[in-house]
Amino acid sequence: MTIRIKKRSTGKNLRTEVEKRAEVDLATCYQCKKCSIGCPVSGLVASPPAEIIRRLQLGAGDELLQTDLVWTCLSCETCYARCPNEINFAGIIDAMRAIALEKGVARPAGNSPLFNRRFLDTVKSYGRAYDLQMIVGYKLGTGKLMDDVEKFPTMLKKGKMAILPPSGADKSKVKRIFNAAKSKGKSR
Amino acid sequence: MKYAYYPGCASHSTARDMHESCLAVAKALGIDLQEIKGWTCCGASAAHQTDRILAAALPAANLLLAKEMNLDMVVNCAACYSRSKNTNYDVVNSPAVRKKVKNALGQDYDGSVAVRHFVEVLSHDLGPAKLKKAVKQPLNGLKVASYYGCYLLRPPEVTGFDNPENPTLLENLVEAIGGEALEWPGKVECCGGALNLTRTDITVARSAAIIEIAKAAGAECIVTACPMCQTSLDLRQLDMVKTTGKTYNMPVLYITQLIGLSLGIPPKELGINRLMVPPKAVLQALNL
Repeated sequence: MTIRIKKRSTGKNLRTEVEKRAEVDLATCYQCKKCSIGCPVSGLVASPPAEIIRRLQLGAGDELLQTDLVWTCLSCETCYARCPNEINFAGIIDAMRAIALEKGVARPAGNSPLFNRRFLDTVKSYGRAYDLQMIVGYKLGTGKLMDDVEKFPTMLKKGKMAILPPSGADKSKVKRIFNAAKSKGKSR
Repeated sequence: MKYAYYPGCASHSTARDMHESCLAVAKALGIDLQEIKGWTCCGASAAHQTDRILAAALPAANLLLAKEMNLDMVVNCAACYSRSKNTNYDVVNSPAVRKKVKNALGQDYDGSVAVRHFVEVLSHDLGPAKLKKAVKQPLNGLKVASYYGCYLLRPPEVTGFDNPENPTLLENLVEAIGGEALEWPGKVECCGGALNLTRTDITVARSAAIIEIAKAAGAECIVTACPMCQTSLDLRQLDMVKTTGKTYNMPVLYITQLIGLSLGIPPKELGINRLMVPPKAVLQALNL
């Protein structure tokens, strides 16, 4: 297939930034496509893993940060495990997620960044994840409050969802980590 | 056999059965698990999707606590295991990450605490032969599909758990307790758990495909060692009927639950009642 990239894109910067953050050398990819073949979501996305690498090699710009695989990737790491040149493609995706969040251009299917923020909010508050608050926060934010609601009574009855927030964690240590990492996980 | 035990957040919520069965099995087998005091969240997928330093510093806080205890850290949650192993790998291989983690924690972490999954403890430190001797109620040839998922296996140079394409640790444990460990091609597939709430359609489709493969191989139940896989395969069966039109009724147990049953531990102590799909076939095979 023909791959087209935007002219005069800022691609050199994107490739360099991705390579730096993920500590990978994209020049070593020779397009064997084992990553794309093993990827469980290859068939669902516009550009499978090997094509993303090719686009980066060819100098694609920030428009690539909006490609759907960035947030549809399951982080299963099959790509990395099978790459003959040990290119950490899952790490490339994590780098693209971080850059997309920083630049405010994330186009997530299912709003994973919101989910991540609500999850990390509870970690910041309690030192441990608090599922109930995280799920309600995420579902309120997406307006999908009724999804899965029918499972809730059974989960509560079976003790598969804690009602009270977690206790016992060293909260001050976690706060220190969040402050130092200056995380993009905080509420915005 | 004494270890620093890191339960992980799910152990008090969606995976209480994982935690309960791990503790019950450890006790029955004389494995001493000392819970790390004040342990904090590993950050899970939310941290590594957000910020590399956050993803490394959160597990490092717990690893430093285990270091003070002078013990290997045992984890029964595959996701926490993966995040902790990744932290070790990152601080050893990237001086920049180590420096930033030190800055975040106010304390240097050198990546030296060994992180072990409870399955590794059972497989290597105890061994299937000793486990077999402790069995009080063998599984009578129950057909078990051993499911590994992603976090235990990949990336192999980070986790070092087992052969990433054809792992056998779970099968060896299943055979030791009298089950028939099935050969089936779905055991290293991804359940889609990372998108369980954000793209439920993908999780349901992936997990249904895995259950189909297990069923075709003749499985009477699936065992897993990951709370995300367990939730995807068990809880999401309630959604699969909407997309596949099929009711699978496939029990999905933690390996520690199945082992616990074979050791004669009462089902309630193993959290069997918490499973969304009741494991009738399993309990029948054990005359329970």
